[in-house]
Amino acid sequence: MSTPQLVGSYQPGDSLVHRLPVGVKVSTLAVFSLCVVAVRSMPASWVFLALALGAALLARVSVTALARAARGVLLVAVVVAAFQWWLKGPDRAIETVVDLFALALVAVVLTATTPVNAMLDALVRWITPFRRLGAEPDRVALTVGLAVQAIPGTIAIAVETRDAARARGLERRPRAYLSPFVIRVVARAQETGDALAARGLGDD
Amino acid sequence: MPTLTFDAAGVTVDTPHGPKVVLEPTTLELTERRVGVVGANGSGKSTLARLVNGLVTATTGRVVVDGVDVSKDPSRVRRRVGFVFTDPAAQVVMPTCVEDVELSLRRHVKGATARRARAIEMLASFGLADLADTSVHALSGGQRQMLALAGVLAVEPSVVVADEPTTLLDLANTRRVGDVLLGLEQQLVLVTHDLDLARRCDRVLVVEDGRIRYDGAPDAAVDDYVASVEAREGAGL
Repeated sequence: MSTPQLVGSYQPGDSLVHRLPVGVKVSTLAVFSLCVVAVRSMPASWVFLALALGAALLARVSVTALARAARGVLLVAVVVAAFQWWLKGPDRAIETVVDLFALALVAVVLTATTPVNAMLDALVRWITPFRRLGAEPDRVALTVGLAVQAIPGTIAIAVETRDAARARGLERRPRAYLSPFVIRVVARAQETGDALAARGLGDD
Repeated sequence: MPTLTFDAAGVTVDTPHGPKVVLEPTTLELTERRVGVVGANGSGKSTLARLVNGLVTATTGRVVVDGVDVSKDPSRVRRRVGFVFTDPAAQVVMPTCVEDVELSLRRHVKGATARRARAIEMLASFGLADLADTSVHALSGGQRQMLALAGVLAVEPSVVVADEPTTLLDLANTRRVGDVLLGLEQQLVLVTHDLDLARRCDRVLVVEDGRIRYDGAPDAAVDDYVASVEAREGAGL
């Protein structure tokens, strides 16, 4: 069974985007995201989406990864769009959906062209100067890495739990699905914590 | 070989119905290279294994790994004791194979290039070099368990504890993972339901109802375990 993913796994390559320093990529993502959120204009939204697609093409990100990202935000986009339509009309709804897809695409470009460990190394470098203030760079980096990895793992548990409820003919009873889902997510978190402790990670 | 010492080490947990003894005070000295632990589900064998690297803390007595008291210096012990879990999905925490091994090496190898080279080397020794950049979600169960092993062994522990590492695997992968574990130079504590693997150890402990029922040569220990299971079945327990 394939695991649904909101962000792409790293895809090795030698494109210009792959070769950019992590700091440049993360800063660009931050500025891009701020612009997408701050600029309220339909034409600008289409430009942002075009820029995101351009970055994906430049990075030679696979169509599968892009489709997965699009599928991942689809449900959220539909709900948000419906809400915006009701509140502010169709133009704002379409603009919001386009913005969400643009943001998802650039996030995929970042994760597909940057190994997680490279991001963790960069995070450690950036946070190290704040060690005197009590910051723990390795711990912060590990937490971010785990958060990235937890997304597909949690979605996989959700899919398995839903299938188990369906197999018992209980798909219309939310408790039959939600209770085991929550229990399994907590259990997985506990197991992961044990596994990290066993590897001596976070022991400092 | 390192020496694993259980000095009246026991574990009791609080439950809504009062304290429950998970492992009775146990005294052992394990110096053999391959120590097998067998027993029924819930018998206390995983607790015994987890005491070795401090994942579970003894509520009575103490556990000492090569002179280091686990409760006093757990992080030092964890640097010496690698742990392989039943479900590698919990143990493998990074998106790709090479990144997961690199995570283990973060505190041991400085510099991203050297770390990557060492991680690739580890993957190659487990036959996973071609899967270095593959998503961990795309691996088979056997490949994922081998990756977990690579991550554990990358930091060169002197003891490896494996808690039912083949339970979720098919026959071929059980044999493959078992061969790797039993062929390790390090001391191995292998908790298993696979009696063939247990028979290949140097010493086997049979755990029953939170105590060591039998401790001795593999064949005799496994025979004792099978006999005890059959006796329980015969008594309708």
